[in-house]
Amino acid sequence: MSPRGRLGLFLAGAAVVAALFTVACLGLPPFGGAHHPYGDRAVRAAVRHHTSNAIASVNFDQRALDTLGEETILFSAVLGAVVLLRQTADERRHTPAPAAVRPPIRRFGLLMLPVALAVGLYVVAHGQLSPGGGFQGGVVVATALHLLYIAADYRALERVRPLRPYEIGEAVGEAAYVITGLAAVLAGSAFLANVLPYGTFATLSSGGTVPLLNAAVGMEVACGVVVLLAQFLDQAVQIEGADGGGSDDDGPRGPGRRERA
Amino acid sequence: MTVLPYLVAGWIFLVGVYGLVTSRNLIHAVGCLAVAQSSTYVLLLAVGYRRGGTAPVFSDVPPDRRVVDPVVQALALTDIVVGATVTALLLALVVQLRKRHGTVDPDALSDLKG
Repeated sequence: MSPRGRLGLFLAGAAVVAALFTVACLGLPPFGGAHHPYGDRAVRAAVRHHTSNAIASVNFDQRALDTLGEETILFSAVLGAVVLLRQTADERRHTPAPAAVRPPIRRFGLLMLPVALAVGLYVVAHGQLSPGGGFQGGVVVATALHLLYIAADYRALERVRPLRPYEIGEAVGEAAYVITGLAAVLAGSAFLANVLPYGTFATLSSGGTVPLLNAAVGMEVACGVVVLLAQFLDQAVQIEGADGGGSDDDGPRGPGRRERA
Repeated sequence: MTVLPYLVAGWIFLVGVYGLVTSRNLIHAVGCLAVAQSSTYVLLLAVGYRRGGTAPVFSDVPPDRRVVDPVVQALALTDIVVGATVTALLLALVVQLRKRHGTVDPDALSDLKG
């Protein structure tokens, strides 16, 4: 189909969708209204279980089984990316040369690395109290490690990031979530039920299993994102085609891959 | 205009699909898909908004304070996670396509290859 024909088809379809969507929106409850039956019940359930972050209570207590599915999606996606981006037989791996980094960038990166790491762990640990949790904090932790790539070079990143433990860590995080659920079954309740004592409202130990599940998810997400980013970085930095081509000619790679003095 | 936030979500979706339809670069197309998908965040948060409500986090507000709907916010979190994983998988596919076929233009990918 020609680009013009395709655009015409899209515009016709979009007009129909826009019209139907507008009609549907006019039938929705008005924006900002006070009628939120599910929200009210979720808030009451969160307060009853001493979880001051109602969103964490929804995710890790009231519908913890759905979050297990969500975590599994992430797990499988990382697995899929590892399979898709593996080194094939006609590709070889070369060692990137050490690169010089401007001192201010190096200092800033090394200064921010522990700060970002601490922030990430804080966000995971306080998921039941304040906005954040395992997913958000896990991404922060994984990103913090990659500050080393900016502050030093790829070899320094590889030294703090031997992939094997992170692959295991990802699986352990996923397993810990399931085991926490099974522990509830052994305690005589339903799978993933919140069986632990709820603790004092608005303290670090409140929320029963919510902080445990947050920690499991945080571990899985942090390790998963590290493994995922490693696949893309390997493609850009290390793996090259048999003819020296492949990702070679367009991927930023080698000493000139970033602006450097 | 109490329906405006909902309509904004629909507009973002259509803008993203427009980008997908007219895209000449698969990386750009993956970005457009992320835009189309982000319309669902706007729709979810618009559905959950309550006038005068604050965030449903009770660490420093009393539990009877009027808050926005936490259920849709939890759904938005799920949405973001799924969106990020889909984007990562699609980008991995684009990397492989570029290596096997030497192009990221979807119109140039019509040849069959044994």
